[in-house]
Amino acid sequence: MTGIGRGLRRVLIGLPFLWLGIFFLLPLGIVAAISFAESADAIPPFKLIWTLANYCTLAQGCLRVYVSSLGLAALATLLCLLIGYPVAFAIARAPGVWRQLLLFLVMLPFWTSFLIRVYAWIAILQPSGLVNRLLLALGLVEAPLPLLYNGFSVTLGLVYSYLPFMILPLYGSLSRLDESLVEAAADLGAPPRRVFSKIILPLSLPGVAAGCLLVFIPAVGEFVIPDLLGGPGTLMIGKMLWQEFFDNVDWPAAAAIAMVLVALLTLPLLIAQRFLERENAL
Amino acid sequence: MTARRGGTFRMFALLFGFAFLYLPIALLVVYSFNFSRLVTVWGGFSTRWYAALLDNDKYRDAALTSFEIAVMAATIALVVGTCAGFAMNRFGRFRGRLLFGFMLMAPLVVPEVILGLSLLLLFVAAQGFIGWPASRGIVTVTIAHATFTSCFVAVLVRAQLAGFDRALEEAALDLGARPLTVLWRITLPGISPALVSGWLLAFTLSLDDLVVASFVSGPSATTLPMAVYSSVRIGVTPEINALATVFLGIVFMMVALAGWLMARQERRRRAAAT
Repeated sequence: MTGIGRGLRRVLIGLPFLWLGIFFLLPLGIVAAISFAESADAIPPFKLIWTLANYCTLAQGCLRVYVSSLGLAALATLLCLLIGYPVAFAIARAPGVWRQLLLFLVMLPFWTSFLIRVYAWIAILQPSGLVNRLLLALGLVEAPLPLLYNGFSVTLGLVYSYLPFMILPLYGSLSRLDESLVEAAADLGAPPRRVFSKIILPLSLPGVAAGCLLVFIPAVGEFVIPDLLGGPGTLMIGKMLWQEFFDNVDWPAAAAIAMVLVALLTLPLLIAQRFLERENAL
Repeated sequence: MTARRGGTFRMFALLFGFAFLYLPIALLVVYSFNFSRLVTVWGGFSTRWYAALLDNDKYRDAALTSFEIAVMAATIALVVGTCAGFAMNRFGRFRGRLLFGFMLMAPLVVPEVILGLSLLLLFVAAQGFIGWPASRGIVTVTIAHATFTSCFVAVLVRAQLAGFDRALEEAALDLGARPLTVLWRITLPGISPALVSGWLLAFTLSLDDLVVASFVSGPSATTLPMAVYSSVRIGVTPEINALATVFLGIVFMMVALAGWLMARQERRRRAAAT
């Protein structure tokens, strides 16, 4: 409390509390209310009645989309972990000056346009794109591979876009790892693999959890990536919500889709809060 | 021997990781200087797409709109986020702290479609009940952007406060300075790197946002990502590559400036400490 008077304390807590209450929490309540409404030809395009129709339609037709979204997000999270862990480990072990530079380089793509970074992959993956031209020139394939507008390109896009979110918390816990434990184990004759599995990995698990949640939660509801890199077979929840809202102008249906997504993500969000509080990650 | 093998492995991990992160961006920049309309065939060096970009009013207007929104949103986010960062760092327990922490963390990760849809429905409901906002556009996008970017500012401010030496504040208080003076003269200057990087991060996040803006904007305001998205949906054009390169250039300069400012601050602090 030192340094800050009582009135100041009220402002510091009250202002963000009020702002986020009005512009984050309250809107979620409105989404919940409208998810029970009925789509109508009016402005705004719904009629407030209490019906479960939106949820019934969702349960009948759209479970597949939720399953595929969760699956793609989980796969992308796993791949981010497999790629991100060695990178974070290497950065944590790099000499001081390098460490700052490498961390900066991990964060830099985060500062550049998400849309443009996803868009960059279209030119790389399309049938006449760089990967296919390279494969054809090397004679590795006869005809261009279908790399774009499928599960592969969506997963790749997710991994590419969310990799920094995995690396940063992993780096956080790996850099705090007590080096003397590693040295002690090695001195006592533990082979490197055992040092990793018995000491390094268990001690970095909070970072692993934080990174996985930071990738998984936003990836489930991703819109830009399935829209630009996905095809008819890779519909994701975020895109389905967008289509209901913008193309079908069915706001209550979009609200119901959002509510189910919120319900699915509540548990991961609560776990994330615990881990991020403790890790002070990000 | 094992140490060397470990070193090679780490070097490989770094090379692979950073190649993955940066090659697509590098290709994008290279092909923005391509003469050919095809984004995959090299047709010689040319800056024609930059010229085409300058002639395109659509992008220029959208860029101005985005810039205006980003400056306002980042400024609001700086105020709200700094307050929140202080609240989280300085007040160990208060009523609703768990909820407070949740509201600060959730917007960092909640899918953008949910943020966008929920804010739009709020604005529509508010229009119905209190008649404000009369129309959706720059103001509604600014509020929406300020909301989720303030959470990022809070994270940075909180982290910097955690490493801030409280002895200076206590000394000033003991010498009779009023709390507000201490905050203004000691604490805020002390955490200025977080304030600068927080504002810049909020600014770029706002500049970059497509999804939330698409939901809460009206016909009067098209942001740059919205204009880019409508072109990208139709197909890949070199003009977008040129636009992306300009954007990257600006962001890199801003980040470099922020880095330089922070390094200078750090040097001064060290010089003052010795």
